[in-house]
Amino acid sequence: MTLMQKFLGAGAALALSTTAALAEPGLIIDLGGKFDKSFNEAAYGGAVRWMEETGGTYIETELQSEAQREQNMRKMAERGANPIVVLGFANASTIEKVAPDYPDTKFAIIDVNWLDIPNVRQIAFSEHEGSYLVGMMAAMASESGTVSFVGGMDIPLISRFACGYVQGVKAVNPDATVIQNMTGTTPAAWNDPVKGGEITRTQISQGSDVVYAAAGGTGVGVLQAAADAGILSIGVDSNQNYMHPGQVLTSMTKHVDNATYETFKNGVEGFEAGVVIMDLSTDGIGYAVDEHNASLVSDEMTAAVEEAKAKIIAGEIVVHNYTTDDNCPVE
Amino acid sequence: MDLMTILQICDSALRLATPLLFACLAGLFSERSGIFDIGLEGKILASAFLSASVAAMSGSVWIGLLGGVAGSVFLALLHGVASITFRGNQLISGVAINFLASGTTVVIGENWFGLGGRTPQLSGGARFQDITLPGAVTDNDALREASAPVQVYSELMSGHTILVYVGLLAVLGSWWLLYRTRFGLRLRAVGENPESVDTAGVSVIRMRYSAVLICGLLCGLAGTYLATGLSAGFVKEMSAGRGFIALAALIFSKWRPGYALMACLLFGLLEAIGNRYQNIEIGGFEVPVQLMQAMPYILTVVILAGIVGKAIPPRAGGEPYVKER
Repeated sequence: MTLMQKFLGAGAALALSTTAALAEPGLIIDLGGKFDKSFNEAAYGGAVRWMEETGGTYIETELQSEAQREQNMRKMAERGANPIVVLGFANASTIEKVAPDYPDTKFAIIDVNWLDIPNVRQIAFSEHEGSYLVGMMAAMASESGTVSFVGGMDIPLISRFACGYVQGVKAVNPDATVIQNMTGTTPAAWNDPVKGGEITRTQISQGSDVVYAAAGGTGVGVLQAAADAGILSIGVDSNQNYMHPGQVLTSMTKHVDNATYETFKNGVEGFEAGVVIMDLSTDGIGYAVDEHNASLVSDEMTAAVEEAKAKIIAGEIVVHNYTTDDNCPVE
Repeated sequence: MDLMTILQICDSALRLATPLLFACLAGLFSERSGIFDIGLEGKILASAFLSASVAAMSGSVWIGLLGGVAGSVFLALLHGVASITFRGNQLISGVAINFLASGTTVVIGENWFGLGGRTPQLSGGARFQDITLPGAVTDNDALREASAPVQVYSELMSGHTILVYVGLLAVLGSWWLLYRTRFGLRLRAVGENPESVDTAGVSVIRMRYSAVLICGLLCGLAGTYLATGLSAGFVKEMSAGRGFIALAALIFSKWRPGYALMACLLFGLLEAIGNRYQNIEIGGFEVPVQLMQAMPYILTVVILAGIVGKAIPPRAGGEPYVKER
């Protein structure tokens, strides 16, 4: 009997220690799909980089509908994933409910900065600054003086992209016209390339010759329609220059991959709660130049954008952030 | 608002109406023969997926078209077997087809391409390219200066993929087939009073199967246009409820091809306006973008509520035909 107890005790201890050692990080892919070539895919890329470097494994789930958020997050915590990376502002209210129930599990949420929970790390990006830079490039590349913007779901976050972009355009050419459209008002707007393409065609017929897509998977259709019509486009989140070489002016990169990678790498021990701002100074935000768009980006453009970048970091140029007052000073 | 702007909106409306039009005509044939089909959505989705996949693998959009139509026809036959041969419930069979298509396209796509249910981006010969009609002005600046008829011709009539023109011809073809041929008369009779057709010595089963096959063919064109004409590849759930809008258009049009064209164009127009003007000011009052984008759906509800007069479906619709008891 005593022997049996010892064995059982040893077995239980072993089981406990293995669970602790095996605490894998988790990633919840948001609506729009893992391979949206944009936001979600960037996070996935960060997770893959972590796997390749450490040889570790992680747990991943993908949301299929709005209703699965809470259930999915709880399931992830109960499976022992730690830390858990959650993508997108839409999860804020869910994490507020779920995170306190699992005080030992560490959560990191992207695109949120207004929560106050001890086991949640909030990573927010200064998209308006990056959008400002690509807006400048758009205005310099445009010949017609009309450029355009296609947003995904109509939410303040996307308006922040739009507002930064317009400010950048106007900084170069105050007389420029910026056409702005949102794809829709539901999460389905993140994954509707057909509509994205149609909106782009409409904008082209209104004279636009550079289009900036901040629309997740919908952007695939925007970039395609732009390439079909022979105008320039600007990608978002991931570097999308390769999708149509020579026809994508640049991409506003938002390093969700780095955020995911860092969170995974720091693990539970290195976890720090609180708000982290990723902006131009930390290279959390940037614009992509590679072999696919080098011919489109002139030296003059690079000089102007680099100068503006330095000024933004130094605080000499302040790009208005739409979400601070839900208002944009320029149209 | 100048003529050019109106033309650009109409141009966009025509593109957006084409998949609806194919699906609406597909439903028309099926329902006229007495087979209700709420599986249009699933068939569109399946054909969008297969046409994009086959086009991506073969590099030819025409082979892709065959693949798309084959997939849609297969699902149509499934519906036929369930609801004609086995006399099952047509609505349930349709719902099943929708779910089947929604799930399998993503699973098979992931297995084939490993892109999360997406197909690779199509380019060149793997897509339907826009056709510029002879004499059309393509340069935007020159077009703005051109005379009105030239603008209409160049902007509205020219510059669509071949399937848009096929869609318009299909309306004419459907009308001719339904109202000017013996086949059409029998098809309509099968949907109204199958016993009389049977008494005349015509096989009801056979008529209904042919209608279901035509339905599959047309849905196949709708899906193919969506994946290889309007966009360049398949993404999950890309049909985005168009099959259901087409059903609404079908009821709106009272099961007639000519009205179907108008109903689909109306839905296309609303969507095009919603895309172009996110905020319209009418007399100092700003119509919010949400309302504009909800318009097609609001209109559907209004139409279905019977505002547009009474729409009477084919009398034998939804009933499996039993020859003798």
